[in-house]
Amino acid sequence: MSNKEHDVTRRQFLNYTLTGVGGFMAAGMLMPMVRFAVDPLLQNKKTGKMVSVVSVDELTDQPQRKTFKVKKVDGWHEFEEQKIAYVFKKKNGDIMALSPICTHLGCTVNWNDPAYPNEYHCPCHGGRYTKTGINIPGTPPPAPLHVYDMKVKDGTVYLGDAHPRGGA
Amino acid sequence: MLTKLYDWVDERLDITPMWRDLADHEVPEHVNPAYHFSAFVYCFGGLTFFTIVIQILSGMFLTMYYVPDINNAWDSVFYLQNKVAYGQIVRGMHHWGASLTIVMVFLHTLRVFFTGAYKKPRELNWIVGVLLFFIILGLGFTGYLLPWDMKALFATKVGLQIAASVPFIGNWIEVLLQGSDIVGAQTLARFFAIHVFFLPAALLGLLAAHFIMIRKQGISGPL
Repeated sequence: MSNKEHDVTRRQFLNYTLTGVGGFMAAGMLMPMVRFAVDPLLQNKKTGKMVSVVSVDELTDQPQRKTFKVKKVDGWHEFEEQKIAYVFKKKNGDIMALSPICTHLGCTVNWNDPAYPNEYHCPCHGGRYTKTGINIPGTPPPAPLHVYDMKVKDGTVYLGDAHPRGGA
Repeated sequence: MLTKLYDWVDERLDITPMWRDLADHEVPEHVNPAYHFSAFVYCFGGLTFFTIVIQILSGMFLTMYYVPDINNAWDSVFYLQNKVAYGQIVRGMHHWGASLTIVMVFLHTLRVFFTGAYKKPRELNWIVGVLLFFIILGLGFTGYLLPWDMKALFATKVGLQIAASVPFIGNWIEVLLQGSDIVGAQTLARFFAIHVFFLPAALLGLLAAHFIMIRKQGISGPL
């Protein structure tokens, strides 16, 4: 057969086939391992179930520290995580539940610390928030405290996941 | 006896040129502390390598007792440190050696920077050196979690939050490192794997490149 129309030498042909086969072999080896390693990225996120936390009657305009337990699955390890929420009624009567995780570096803030009355105060770097969880300018936190998903059913407050709120 | 053994191997494999190549080379006067005491700054690279060797060896021995599992990690560390003979020494070597490695790497970097040794033709070696610096920081970060105490847990949480603050891909990096949506069982297993297999493999490969390049290009001239 003439080699004039197909300008591929024997050397080139062998180079291409060897590179191709080698590439397939490398990909066949690496693909399962890479998919294995990135599995946590591709797993569906399960949104947490709402958990009953406190009865509506108990709530006042003062934030109350309430703890509740959430079932967690971490791979092969299943456990109950204890969470904290500061729950109170806003001026307009709406119920608000704040996560006490400081948005600065994740320490736990306290409400109504004697030295910082009517504020949330973070003991780690002195972050402060107003009653509704808005970060006070000039303190370390970059964003307001996160807000729990909340619903009221039969006079009981149920809480879900905490989310950052839009804006500042 | 030893000479005979050496000759026996040398006769078959001709190893003398190999080890000559490796060990038999002149140290220029300006980097030799015997001539100019201030030249001790040129020892920092070698001392970094020395601390890395200590880290690798002590780490290998620590894994004889350490278990990367959330229920047992802390107890295995407590046991190896307090119940095993010389446990405090071996863990101490790895613990203090980790900080020392980072200090030495930093001093070595400063020496290279202030003597201008990164300039042409040694730019590639500088780049490999910076990668090595990042790998060593990564080893420090992943190793910090392994004792699985409160300090380890919260340091890792903060570290992962820093990783998550990278624009656009931050959250992917966080989940990929964390292996889960919390710092938990999968994080510990992952960090162990990264600390003990992935990063050391990369470290050894880059170190080889670092050393081959310095032998090929030689030590940079006096200031």
